[in-house]
Amino acid sequence: MDYLLMFLYAVAVLMVLLGGVTFAILAERKVIGAMQLRPGPNRHGPWGVFQTIADVLKLLLKEDVIPANADKKIFVLAPVLAFAPAFSVMAVLVYSSTVGGADINIGVIYFLGVSSITMLGVLMGGWSSNNKYALFGSIRGVAQMVSYELPLILSIIGVIIMVGSLNLTDIVNYQANMGMWFIVPQFLGFAVYMISSIAELNRSPFDLPEAESELVAGFFTEYSGFRFAMFMLAEYTYAIAIAGLATTLFLGGWLGPAFLPEIVWFMLKVVAVMFIWFWLTATLPRARVDQLMNFGWKVLIPVALLNIVLTSIYKVWMG
Amino acid sequence: MPELKTETMTLNMGPQHPSTHGVFRLQLKVDGETIKEAIPVMGYLHRGSEKLAERFLYSQFIPYTDRLDYLNAMTNNYVYCAAIEELLEWEVPERAEYLRVITMELNRIASHLVWWGTYLLDIGAMSPFLYAFRDRETILDRLNEISGARMTFNYHRIGGVKWDAPDGWIEKVQETVKELYENIQEFDTLVTGNEVFRARTIGVGKLSKDQVINWGLSGPIARGSGIPIDLRKTEPYSIYDRFDFDIPTQEDGDVFARYKVRIEEMFQSLRIIEQACAQIPEGDIITKKGKRLMMIKPPAGEVYKRAEASKGEIGVYAISNGKNKPYRIKLRRPSFVNVSILQHMLVGESIQNLVAIFGSLDVVLGEVDA
Amino acid sequence: MSQELLDLIVNKVHTLHGKETIEEPVLNFGKPMIVLDSGNWDLATAKLLHDDEALQFDFLSCVTGVDYEEHMEVIYNFYSTILDHYVYVKIKTSREEPTVMSAEPVWKSADYMERETYDLLGIDFPGHWRLKRILLQDDWEGHPLRKDYITDKKALGLD
Repeated sequence: MDYLLMFLYAVAVLMVLLGGVTFAILAERKVIGAMQLRPGPNRHGPWGVFQTIADVLKLLLKEDVIPANADKKIFVLAPVLAFAPAFSVMAVLVYSSTVGGADINIGVIYFLGVSSITMLGVLMGGWSSNNKYALFGSIRGVAQMVSYELPLILSIIGVIIMVGSLNLTDIVNYQANMGMWFIVPQFLGFAVYMISSIAELNRSPFDLPEAESELVAGFFTEYSGFRFAMFMLAEYTYAIAIAGLATTLFLGGWLGPAFLPEIVWFMLKVVAVMFIWFWLTATLPRARVDQLMNFGWKVLIPVALLNIVLTSIYKVWMG
Repeated sequence: MPELKTETMTLNMGPQHPSTHGVFRLQLKVDGETIKEAIPVMGYLHRGSEKLAERFLYSQFIPYTDRLDYLNAMTNNYVYCAAIEELLEWEVPERAEYLRVITMELNRIASHLVWWGTYLLDIGAMSPFLYAFRDRETILDRLNEISGARMTFNYHRIGGVKWDAPDGWIEKVQETVKELYENIQEFDTLVTGNEVFRARTIGVGKLSKDQVINWGLSGPIARGSGIPIDLRKTEPYSIYDRFDFDIPTQEDGDVFARYKVRIEEMFQSLRIIEQACAQIPEGDIITKKGKRLMMIKPPAGEVYKRAEASKGEIGVYAISNGKNKPYRIKLRRPSFVNVSILQHMLVGESIQNLVAIFGSLDVVLGEVDA
Repeated sequence: MSQELLDLIVNKVHTLHGKETIEEPVLNFGKPMIVLDSGNWDLATAKLLHDDEALQFDFLSCVTGVDYEEHMEVIYNFYSTILDHYVYVKIKTSREEPTVMSAEPVWKSADYMERETYDLLGIDFPGHWRLKRILLQDDWEGHPLRKDYITDKKALGLD
């Protein structure tokens, strides 16, 4: 019975997620379009709402091309391995005081541990394609994701020190009791988290692994059709998951005035976080590899460490 | 510790690569992301313009010059016509000269705007591209109204221009100029100060004065390295000596310096258009003899005429043998000469810098391959 | 002023190589033009034009090759960015074995322009570091800008 429930919950989340990704892609195109003086997609359905569905259908109908010199097994496995962890982390996210997945006491660690597997998908995809641009893209991607995993984790430690628990429900409840969201006392942590999450997600201005003006399409240059759609799905799923974690950790999760249901507050905050990423995409040029690494190791990690020290002092001082 | 085994890899960048602005190919030998050797390969767009010139009447070759640097076709038109006029020793009516200057300068701004947009696209910023094209569109509308074409104008004629300005066109241009002043100012404030942009461009792709002159680089690249050479000023052709404008230069010689020179040049071009619109006289737009196209027969002789295009110095070496077809037309295309330094400049740079440097040269492949 | 410059160039070249090296010094549309035989065009002359205090032609603007059916010519257009003056240097060579010393060691800008002239007219430039075809394919036959070149429309797929 338990397994059936688990299965049903997973299917429900997947369905919601697919809808979410569909509209996240549409929203991104609309938002960036508006910022670039153009209407964005507007042909399929009112306000272009069916655009992504049409795109996905097109991708599904396309021929599945596997390059002759590719390492076939790894090539096929890579998109799955990129998507699976991004979806698995959804298991621990809590959407409201009543709706949520597994209520485990190591929620944050599980999230971070599983999510770092996505980089394997990038590496395998780029390596197995047997394409020079894909190889460059995947090597850049792995270097970048390994480097930015560190500040991402360090930025969260401040919150965990304050709460004293790794459980996501506890973290939200702590914010409710404290009467303010962690974005205020943990602002440094929030800033580091937001910046490193951009690098983690390969979004502009840190979209080096798929820099189209340099590497054509980066690690998924050789992918087409369904497998390409899988990579896109993984990317946006992961983005939603990271935005969900940011909401829980720093923006008070489902907390908000009672005139809207808790789950709506959660969603709104996720949307707000994602909007910031879209905004940056439309605004900034791309950074350079060496600058990106310097920034990660010489700025973000020290700042995150400083945040931990300050939080610890505060915690000890307050008893 | 045992030595790490590494080997260089040959990477073919182009001819179908998003940042090569057309069909340009670079054979790179890379060690990781560092370039060890770069060999430019071109000619994919070669149409034999110089050969074609020998088969046509003098006036029939004008449309072919449009297709060299198709982003800045007016100056190409001009320099060809001016070379033939010099062989013929013809005077061009005042009004035609003014129309030539206005169209050339409008076209220069349009060309720089395309460069501005695509350059930022190359280094990863998507939005400026669409803003630049919005304003380029207004300019192309103006040029369309006077010449009937948006890019390949075929507007200048030997001895004048083809069409007179339609009613109210000058006023419209004046309005466009006002609009452009504001918009280009806005572009400047939005992008020039951007931290990521500055980090990508300052100190990248440095060229010294000696290098620039020895490699024959011209236009904004030369002025970005502190060489105040602008043929409109140093060797005034047409009626450029009547206008008050500056030659913007920068000392640093890096990618950012070239960027700033081009931004500043757009303002200077606006100044020229403003003055030209205010001074333009009434009168003929083409000499009487220029209307009889079959009869254009320059006396035997040869001349080299050069002008300042948006990419640099464009030149035409025209040789006549007294017949109604040119004996030889040699086109000196600025992009073709400017691109030659790539093989020297790219060694030791990363692939990301390659895109920033190649973009800063503002190369148009139609012109490189002729 | 142009006449004085022309006399100056002629004098300097003549002191270097002896009298009558320059075939016909003329003013072409107000700009000095000197005509040399390809045998007299060497590195010393090129360096003289480039380095001499009073000449300083540091900018090579254009290289043009012409086929005159009985002989061939290469025309270099030099400009001095420092002294702001200008010269045409015309080098005549035979049509059977067209060779003109390369200016590439002195002016790097000659690199591509001489390659183009070689490509389209088949003039050899000894001293050039990498004289290969540039615009046409490596296995192209003939040199299109020669007057006796026959465009084979069939081979090009035009007929």
